[in-house]
Parts: sequence; structure tokens; C-alpha cells
Amino acid sequence: MTNIRKSVYRYDYRRSADQDTAAVARRPVVVVGAGPVGLAAAIDLAQRGVPVVLIDDADRIGEGSRGICWSKRTLEILDRLGVGERLVAHGVTWKLGKVFVGDELLYSFDLLPEEGHKMPAFINLQQFYLEKALVDHALELSNLDLRWKNRLIGLERRNDGARLTIETPDGPYRLDADWLIAADGARSTARRHLGLDFAGVTFEDKFLIADVHMAADFPTERRFWFAPTFHSGQSALMHRQPDDIWRIDLQLGPDADPVAEQAPERVRARLDKVLKDHPYELEWVSVYTFNCRRLERFVHGRVIFIGDAAHQVSPFGARGANSGIQDAENLAWKLAAVLKGEGGSALIESYDLERIQAADENIGHSTRSTDFMSPHSNAERRLRDAVLSLAPHAEFARRMVNSGRLSVPAIYETPLSTPDAAPFAGTARLGAPLPDAPLRRADGAPTHLLENLRGQFEVIYVKNGGAAKGPAPAAVDGIALTVIGDDLLDEEGKFTERFDATPGAAYLVRPDQHLCARWRSFDAAALMRARERALAR
Amino acid sequence: MAKLVTASQFPDPDAAYRALVEARRTLSEADAAELDTKLVLILANHIGDPDVLREAIALAKGKP
Repeated sequence: MTNIRKSVYRYDYRRSADQDTAAVARRPVVVVGAGPVGLAAAIDLAQRGVPVVLIDDADRIGEGSRGICWSKRTLEILDRLGVGERLVAHGVTWKLGKVFVGDELLYSFDLLPEEGHKMPAFINLQQFYLEKALVDHALELSNLDLRWKNRLIGLERRNDGARLTIETPDGPYRLDADWLIAADGARSTARRHLGLDFAGVTFEDKFLIADVHMAADFPTERRFWFAPTFHSGQSALMHRQPDDIWRIDLQLGPDADPVAEQAPERVRARLDKVLKDHPYELEWVSVYTFNCRRLERFVHGRVIFIGDAAHQVSPFGARGANSGIQDAENLAWKLAAVLKGEGGSALIESYDLERIQAADENIGHSTRSTDFMSPHSNAERRLRDAVLSLAPHAEFARRMVNSGRLSVPAIYETPLSTPDAAPFAGTARLGAPLPDAPLRRADGAPTHLLENLRGQFEVIYVKNGGAAKGPAPAAVDGIALTVIGDDLLDEEGKFTERFDATPGAAYLVRPDQHLCARWRSFDAAALMRARERALAR
Repeated sequence: MAKLVTASQFPDPDAAYRALVEARRTLSEADAAELDTKLVLILANHIGDPDVLREAIALAKGKP
């Protein structure tokens, strides 16, 4: 692998007091793996008041980091954690995708056609910058203990937790965890220690992935080509990143030699055709194949898998790291609630159910995209080529062209939701993250809905306008209250439109900003029942 | 319940068959295969019903 990447951040190993105790120290939560997913989980838990130990086998970030596309939902989660604005300011914002056949534009798609969302459809940002922002934030949290050069070498499941053996520069030590979160990636050590099967489909096609440094004024769009003249017979993908870095992805076919293809002169020969007269420097090159697979279960007693340790997809669609961060958010509030005695034990089961549903959706999209890009046989290729050749002439065929369906959050079919008693239109969905909406604060300052949520159970109540249609929800035990019309003003009417809001309507929001119940009028008893249900009590 | 119509619907079935024959009369095997593939896609979309499509696939594969 060519790696002349400059931005690598180093951190110091520090000996922990847990390495010197006579008895094995016990911690409520240990997270293994300080990638984006493990960091997000650890930060979320720590900010919910749960002390967390986060261990990582390395002492640096920036190497082997491949993710670049961060989706709107991920940015909303990161904004709740406190780093969203920093990342958006740093990243390259985009929302347009273009698909070419040969060198002709076939169609373009807009991933966020409506206004009034705080976060963009996507930003592109090198994964190490995102990790750096999360590490900076983690280091500010006094109840988050981040331990570099702590490598998991042993894992023993127990009824009430897990016993870890951790290797350090000072030798190994043991640590007990009430709960272990395995965020240690596609080659998860934790998964191997538990002997879990990681079954699915491996695609034989090989892809060249290259980051190049280049001053170019190509558009800030996702551009995908089927059979371009500059890379005959295969597909190509180009993305812009900050620092004049461009990501180029070239399909090489099943017979490519991964070692030979990484030789700089071979890479340059391919890239020269793509980039034509633009001078460029190679920053990072890799050749990969990919898998679509998942664990049968994500929850194994007190050991819980998140991110790539639990599931893997192909990169087309940006569904890997984004879905991992969504795993982290789904688990964090549930585990915090269980540790505080607020949530029933079935709440952890709901992580399994909801995130397996999301993983299957991601694997389904990813598999279908890959089948379209890399047909398995001549007969399948004929069908694919027929779609591409009809596409300029027929809308239905354009809709079948699949260069990757980009990450959107799953809509959970979940027992945590209270079914609607009355119909609701709009874009808000039970079991989905709330759609954002532009609002004003009572002092007139412009704001957005999601940044006003407090990361706990919360009811959004639409002011009744004085009509005697039941009382406004005064203090309801442990549930935050936001009144549209008092606390937040819907001058543009976008909240009303997206939530199909009517005077007196009430919306119960989970700590992960997902809608779990709604009513046309406020009823404190129904609200409490819905909250109990969402906590699996 | 079957949704796929297998009763004859063309007023003149011979003429419909003839149109399909003429479409491929001068074509090579590869070009005819391409034509058929496009026709499948166009007609499948025109029907627009995934249940009918599944039944049609089953019938074509000899598993009605």
C-alpha cells in the first residue's frame, strides 16, 4: 500500500490505575475500538452520564482510514454529540450525484431537494479528520477514559458481564466490564474470541481506490461512470475531499492482481487517463474486494457488536461507517437507560432488532448495487446493458440504473413505537428520525428543530391557539417539553407541513431523535404509556 | 391468487406473433438477444406489477 498521507495524529499510551489493582477492576462499560463508531458510542454514553473505558490497539489515527462520505443523519448525530458544526465547516458539502454512461451524462440526482435542514445531504471529509474531532471531544469528557495501545487479547463471557485481557506496552492486565461494546471493525478480535460466524457474500470484483492531491475545478458532486472511455468496460467513481484531495475508485474486474495493481506506475497509467492533463500526486492507494455480511445476532449476552464488527457492506452507497454511527446512537441511550434502571432488559434486544433491520436494508441495497455494477454472468450483463441503453430514452430504465443508493436512515418497525390511533400525513414517520425543520426561537433567533432536542425523551406539543381542546402538557414526569408556538415558532410552516401538525397535536421523541408516538390531542396518560413502551418496561 | 392473464388478449394473435418475428428477422443472435432483453424490460415496466412479473417468470421457467 502506498501511504504518504501527512495527517497522522499520535497519542501517548498512559498506564492506567486498573493495571495496578490487586483485584481485577470492574467498569460499567468498555468499548473496544476507537474508530468513528467506537468513539461515537463512548462519547454518547459518557455524555449520558455513564463512565466509559475506550480501548484501542493503536496509538494514532489517520492510517488505513477509508471513509469519506458522511450522511445527513450521521451529521445530525454528531451534531448532538457536539462536533457536527466543526465537521461541516471542515468538510466538502455536496448533494448532487451524476451518472454517466460512456462519457455522456445519463441523469443526475439531488439527495436533499428541500430546504430547511440544518445538516446537508452529505459532506466529504477524510475519516482521520472525523476521528480527530471525536478524539478531541472525547478527551474533554472526564468520565471517558481513552486508553491507547491497549489491545484486546482475551475475552471471556460471563453472565453479568465480560472479562477482558488487554495487552499494553507494560504487559497484559485484566479488566471486568458489566457491558462490552465491540466496535473493533471488520476483523473484530472480539468476534473471533466468541467464535461467531460472519456469513454473507464475497464479491470477486476488485476495485482500485486512490486518493490524489490535485488542483482541479471539477464539480463538487458524486460522479459515477459506467464504461467511460478513460477506463474501458468498467465503472469509475470520483469524489472531492478537502485539501485538494480527490478520491477515485476504479473497477478492475475479478482477475486483477491486487499486488501488481498497486504498483505506482501501474496506478499512474490508469489515473493519467482519468485525470488527463491535470498534474497530481498519489496520496494513498489500495486494492480491495468487498463483502456483504453480518452477524446473525448483534447482542450476545453482555457483549454487543456495533459497526463493521457486526456487519459489512460494499462502499457504494456510503452505508458502512454511517450505519455504524447509527448503531452507536441506537445503543447508547438504551444501554444508559438500562444501567440507570430506567429501561427494561428487552430494550437491549430492541437494539438487536432495530439495527439488524437496518443492516439488512443496507446489505440489500449494497448487494443490488454491486450486482448492477458487476454482473455475475453474460446473461446478467446483457440485462444490465439493456437497462443502460434504454436509460437515455425511458425514465423507468433510468430508475433501474444503480451506481449505489446512498445512505438514508432505516425506518424501524419496532415494538418501541406506539401505533398511530389517528392518521398522519407529512414526512415524519413512526420509527424514523424526525425530519428537521427551520424554526425561530422565542427571542427571534433562527434555529432548527433537531438542535433544540435534548437527547432525552421529549414531547413536542403544538400550541392549541387558546382553543379549549385539552390542557397544554404541564410537567410530565421525566419527559422534556417543547411547545411549538411558545418555545419555537414555525413561521415558515415547514414543521406543520412535515409533521402534519394540527393545534393540540403531540409527538413523543426518543432520546435518539426517533419518533415513537404521536396524537392529535395531548393525553398525559397515553404519553406515559408510550414512554413506558419505548423503554421496554 | 393468480394475477397473470394467460388467456389470449390480442384480437389477432397471428399478427402479434408476426410483429415479434419481423422485429428479429434480420438480426444476429446477439442482437436478437439484446432486443428481447429490452422488450422484457419495457413490457415488464408497462405492466408495473411485481406479482404479475413473478408469476410470468415462474411460467417462463416452466414452474407455473
